[in-house]
Amino acid sequence: MSEALLASEIPGAGATAAPAPASGARQFWRRLHTQRAALVAAAVVALLVLVALAAPLFTALEGQDPTSYHPGLVDSARGGVPVGPLGGISSEHWLGVEPQTGRDLFARLVYGARVSLGVALAATLLQIAIGVTVGLACGLGGRRLDQSLSRATDVMVALPLMVLALALLAVVPGGFPRPVLVALVIGFVGWGGVAKVVRARAISLKSLDHVAAARLSGWGGVRIARRELLPALAAPVITYAALLVPGNITVEAALSFLGVGVKPPTASWGQMLTSADVWYQAAPQYLLLPAAALFVTVLALTVLGDGVRTALDPRAASRLRIGTGRKREDGA
Amino acid sequence: MTTTAPVAVKSRALDRALTGGLGGLLGGGFTGFVLRRVLGAVVTLFVLSAVIYAVFYVAPGDVAQITCGPRCSPAQVQQVSEQLKLDDPIYVRYLDFLRGVLVGQDYSTGTGVLHCDAPCLGLSYRTDQQVTELILNKVPVTGSLAIGAMVLWLILGVGTGVLSAWRRGRLTERVLTAVTLAGTATPVFVIGLLLMILVCGRLQWLPFPQYVPFTDDPQQWAWNLLLPWVSLALIEAAKYARLTRSSMLETLAEDHVRTFRAYGIRERSIVGRHALRGALAPVVALSANDFGSMFGGALLTETLFGLPGLGRELVQAVRVVDLPVVVGMVLVTGFFVVLANAVADVLYAVADRRVVLS
Amino acid sequence: MSLVRVEDLSVGFGAVRAVDSVSFTLAPGAALGLVGESGSGKSTVAAALLGLHRDTGARVTGSVRVGGVDVAAAGDDELRRLRGGVAAMVFQDPLSALDPYFAVGDQIAEVYRAHSGASRRAARARAVDVLGRVGIPDAARRARSRPHEFSGGMRQRALIAMALACEPDLLIADEPTTALDVTVQAQILDLLHALREETGMGLLLVTHDVGVAAESVDDVLVMRDGRVVERGGVAQVLGAPRDAYTRELLSAVPRVDGVRGGPSGSGDVEGAVGDVVVEAEGLRRVFGRGRRAFAAVDGVSLTVRAGETLGVVGESGSGKTTLGRMLVGLLEPTSGKLRHGGAEKSGKGVVPGVQMVFQDPVSSLNPRRSVGESIADPLRARGDRDEDAIRARVRDLMARVGLDPAHYGRYPHEFSGGQRQRVGIARALAANPRLIVCDEPVSALDVTTQAQVTALLAELQRELGLALVFVAHDLAVVRQVSDRVAVMRNGRIVEQGTVDEVYGSPQDPYTRQLLAAVPALDPAVAAERRAARAAGAHAVREDGGAAGKELAAA
Repeated sequence: MSEALLASEIPGAGATAAPAPASGARQFWRRLHTQRAALVAAAVVALLVLVALAAPLFTALEGQDPTSYHPGLVDSARGGVPVGPLGGISSEHWLGVEPQTGRDLFARLVYGARVSLGVALAATLLQIAIGVTVGLACGLGGRRLDQSLSRATDVMVALPLMVLALALLAVVPGGFPRPVLVALVIGFVGWGGVAKVVRARAISLKSLDHVAAARLSGWGGVRIARRELLPALAAPVITYAALLVPGNITVEAALSFLGVGVKPPTASWGQMLTSADVWYQAAPQYLLLPAAALFVTVLALTVLGDGVRTALDPRAASRLRIGTGRKREDGA
Repeated sequence: MTTTAPVAVKSRALDRALTGGLGGLLGGGFTGFVLRRVLGAVVTLFVLSAVIYAVFYVAPGDVAQITCGPRCSPAQVQQVSEQLKLDDPIYVRYLDFLRGVLVGQDYSTGTGVLHCDAPCLGLSYRTDQQVTELILNKVPVTGSLAIGAMVLWLILGVGTGVLSAWRRGRLTERVLTAVTLAGTATPVFVIGLLLMILVCGRLQWLPFPQYVPFTDDPQQWAWNLLLPWVSLALIEAAKYARLTRSSMLETLAEDHVRTFRAYGIRERSIVGRHALRGALAPVVALSANDFGSMFGGALLTETLFGLPGLGRELVQAVRVVDLPVVVGMVLVTGFFVVLANAVADVLYAVADRRVVLS
Repeated sequence: MSLVRVEDLSVGFGAVRAVDSVSFTLAPGAALGLVGESGSGKSTVAAALLGLHRDTGARVTGSVRVGGVDVAAAGDDELRRLRGGVAAMVFQDPLSALDPYFAVGDQIAEVYRAHSGASRRAARARAVDVLGRVGIPDAARRARSRPHEFSGGMRQRALIAMALACEPDLLIADEPTTALDVTVQAQILDLLHALREETGMGLLLVTHDVGVAAESVDDVLVMRDGRVVERGGVAQVLGAPRDAYTRELLSAVPRVDGVRGGPSGSGDVEGAVGDVVVEAEGLRRVFGRGRRAFAAVDGVSLTVRAGETLGVVGESGSGKTTLGRMLVGLLEPTSGKLRHGGAEKSGKGVVPGVQMVFQDPVSSLNPRRSVGESIADPLRARGDRDEDAIRARVRDLMARVGLDPAHYGRYPHEFSGGQRQRVGIARALAANPRLIVCDEPVSALDVTTQAQVTALLAELQRELGLALVFVAHDLAVVRQVSDRVAVMRNGRIVEQGTVDEVYGSPQDPYTRQLLAAVPALDPAVAAERRAARAAGAHAVREDGGAAGKELAAA
C-alpha cells in the first residue's frame, strides 16, 4: 500500500533518469540547508538517536531500569493502578510507573526508542539490500531473469505488508531475540518497492549513452555496473530509504501493538499502547507518552525524508516555473 | 508521462509480465485487453498461492511442533504430523490443497471424516472449522468497515489534495500540508485510541463500537461503525491528500498546462479539469490496492475497536498459530488485491484507452 | 495602428537578463521572424506578448501592447481575452502541448468556449470545422481522438487549429517545426502560409532555423544574448547581412544546395580513400516479437573505406540510429553479415577499433566522472597502467580536439554542449579507432557550434585517415561532411551514391521529396519551391506514422 505512495514520490522513478550533477553531495547539503523544517526534523532525529544510543546512561541517571517490577508501587486491590498522584510520578520514577507491573515508565520509554529506531533501521537496511539486489538483477540481467524476478516483486508489492508480516511472525521459530525477528520479517516482506524503483532506474540508466560509450571502451559488465550505474542509483535509493524508515517504525509499533511484534519484557512503544486505554484515567501518561513518542519520531523522520527527497530531486527547484522554449546548448 | 506513472503501472505490471507472450494470441482492442488482464490475474493468483504455501509450510519452524504446542511429547508431535500429512513432499501437499480449493476435500481425524466444501482452504487446527466458512462469516464486518471508511477517505483525501494544489503557495496549502503530514505520522491505533477515549469515554457521544449487522439495524450499524470509519478515514485521507496533491502539481508543471494558460483558460478550470484528470490514475490505482488490502482486514482498526472482522480473526489465528487460517487469510487477501487491481485496471481502461494501446 | 508594439522590453530571471531592451512593431497581417541561437531570448520575448511571465518571478520592464491591450497593465480578465482571442500561440513540441487525457476536439472546444461563451455543441462543431481547415482528414471523427493517436505533424496541425478557433489577429509560433521531420516541417510551414493568406492574421515566428524564417516571414529580427543585433526585410538581412554576428550565423548554416562549404571534407574522394574498414551485407534488425515485431533495419548493405565519410540520412523512424549501433556492435543484427577490416564479426559485443560519437552531449558523459577520466577509459580498458602516460595521452587528445588540457579534472556540467561533444570525440579517438560512427553528433548544437564540430571531425579524418559514418536527419549537414550518402527510409536504403549524385540528380522519389522540403535561405527560391510543393501536394500526403517507432524500440 504505502509503496504505491512512495513510488510516486521518488525522483526518476518513471521512465526518465535525469543525470545528477557531479557535485552531488555538496549540492545535496546546500539544498537540505535551505529547508528549515527538514533541519529541525534532522535535529529531532539526531536527538532521538542519541537517546536510543545512550538509553542505559539516561536510566542510570534516573537510577532505574526498564524491566524491574515494583509491585509496591501499584495498587493490586484496584487492579494494578499506580500508587500516588499522576500515575506514580516521583523523584525516583520521573514519569511514573507502568500499571500492574510497576516498571519504570521513563526507562521503558527511552529503551523503547532503541527498539523503534533499531528495528526500523535494520529493517530498512535489509529492504534496501534485498531490493537493490533484486532490482539490479532485473534491470541488468536477461529477459527471463527479469520476468521471473519482476513477478516475485509484484507479488510482494501487492500483498499488504502488515498482513504478510503478521502471518510470517506466526511461523518463525521462537529462539531468536524478538526485535531481531521483527526487523527480519519487516525487511523480508517490504523490499518490493525498492526493487521496482531500482529496476526502473537501472533500465533507464542502461540505455544512456555514457553506458554505451563505456561498453565501446571495452569495459566488462561488472566494471560498468560499478562505475556507471551504481553511483547514479544512490540518489533514488537514499530517498526511498529515507521514506521507508518512518513507515517501518509504524509497522513495528503496529505489530507490537497487536501483540505479535516485540514482546514484554522488552520495551516497545507500540506494545506499551496495547493496554493503555484501560488505564488512561489513572495514568494518562501511560497512553500519551508512547503515542507522542511515536508521533514525533514518525513526523520528524517523514519531514526529514521529504527534505532529503527535495534536496536530491533537481526538478523540485524548478517546478512550476514556465518554460519558454527548447533549451539548446550554447557555443563550444 | 508523469513520474506518478509507476503507481498506475504498478498494478498493471502485476500481471503484464506474466502474459507478455500471450498478448499476441489474445489480440488487441478492448476485449483483448480485458481478456489479457483477467488471464494475468488468474496466473498471478496461482503464483501467489504457490509462493505463500511454500513460505508458510516449508520455510522456518517445525509446523507439527508449533501446532501441537510447546508441551507436546515427541509422540504427540508425530501424531499431529501424520494427521496433517506433513511427511508428504511439499508439492503433493500443495496439489492436494489446490484440489481442495477446486473440488473440496475430506479430512480424516482421529474420530472420523470431516468434509470440507469446494473452495476449501483447509480446516482450522484448533476448531476443525472450515477456513472458508470462517472467513465468509467475517466478510460482512470487514466489508462494512472498508466501504464506509473508503468513501470517507476518498472524499476527504482527494478533496484536501485538490484544494491544496489549487491554493498552492498560499496559507491554505501550508495549513493543509501540515495537517496531512501530521495525519501520515499518526498510526491509526493512536488516533483511534485517542478518539475512542475522548468520544466514547469522556464525552459519551458514541457507544464503544460493537458490530451490529446492517440487516439487523442499519441505524445502529452505522452509529457503531462511525468511529472506526472516521479513525481509519482520517489516516488514509492524509495519504490520499499527499498523493493527489503531488500528482496534480506534477501535472501542473507539464507543458500542456502552459498551453491552456496561453489560451486564457481559467486557473480553476486548469486545476479542476486538467490537473485533476492527471491525478486520477494514481489515485484509482492506490484505491484499488487499498480496497483489496482491506480484506486482509483492517488489522489495527478491528483489533482496537473489537470488531469481529477478518483482521481480528487473523491476529487471533497468528497468536495461537492456527496455520490453515493464517494461510487462508493471506490467500484471500491476495485474491482480493489481485481482483481489485484487475477491476480498477479495466475501469481505468474504459476511461483512458491509451492503457489498452500500451 | 500596429498590431504589436514592443518598446524597450527587458526580462530578467534572477540574476540573468534574458531579454535586454528589445523594441519592435508588427503591422496587422504582417509576418515577423525572431531568429537566434539558444539563449538569445527569442522565446522569452514571444511569451511576454501574452503576459506569460506574470506570477513566475520574472522581472519584466518596458511596454508591450498587443491589439491595443497593454499587457503589463491588463487585468486578469482582459489578459485572458487577449490570450487566444487576440493572439494565439503555437508551441514547439506538439505532443506535450496537448493534454494527453482529453480528445483533441474537446480541448479546442474548451478554448473556444472560454472565449466565445458558445454552447458545448456549437464549440464542438467549431472544433471540427477548424480541424478540417488545417487539413486533418475526416475531422469529425479525428476530433474524438486523443493526441497520442495523432502523428507529430497532425498534432501540430491540431495546435494550429486550436489557435485558429478564436480567429485571433496574431499567431505566435514558437519553434513550430523544430520537433518535426523535414517533410512534415514543409507541410506545416505551407499550412501557416496558406492560413495567413486566407485569414489575414499576423505572424510572429520564433525560430533558430534561418531557413524556416526565410520561408515564412517578411521581416526578421536577429537576436543574440537578449539583444536585437540586426533587423530588416528578410531578403536584405539574409542576403546582405550588416552585422558581424549575422554574417557568422549565416556562414555557419550548412546549405543543401550550395557548394561544400568551409574547411570540411577532403573534396577529393578518389585519392583519400583506402582499404575497406567496414562492410555490411543484408543487415536486418527486428524489435519486438510476434505481432508487434517490426524491422527497424531491413536489409541494408554498405561499405565504408578508410578516409571517407559515409553520410546516412533519413527521417525519424528510418532506422538510421539502429544501423549505426549495429555497425559498432552495440546492437546485434537479427540477420545479415558484418565484416570489420575484412574479418567477419564473430560473437556478440563491441568491436575493437570501432567507436561512436553520440547525439546527446548530456547523457553521453557520466556526470559523476571527470572528463579526463572518461577520455582515459579506452586506455585503461585495454590494460594501460602507466598513470603518467595515460594522463599525458589524454592531455594530448584534449588539446587535439580543441579543449584546454588543464581541464582534465573538470566535470561534464562545467562544459558547454559543443565542448562536451569534443570530449566525446576525444574519448573515441583514445581507442585509436579505424572507424567512428557519429550518431547525430551535431543535432543538439547551435548552428555556429555545429560548424565547428563538423570541421573538427573532417580535420581529424584527414589527419588520421579515419573512416566516418555520419548519421543525421539534416540533409544539409550530411551534404557538408560526407563523401558518399545513403538515404534511408523504413529500414531500407532507398538511394546511395556520391554526394553530387544524390544531391545533384536524385533518382528516388523519396530523396527528391526530402530535398524539396528543405527550407531555402533565399526567400525567392523558397516561394518557388512552395509553389512546386503545392503543385505536387496531391502526390504525397503526410507520413508521420513511422515516426517514434524507432525511439520506442530503442
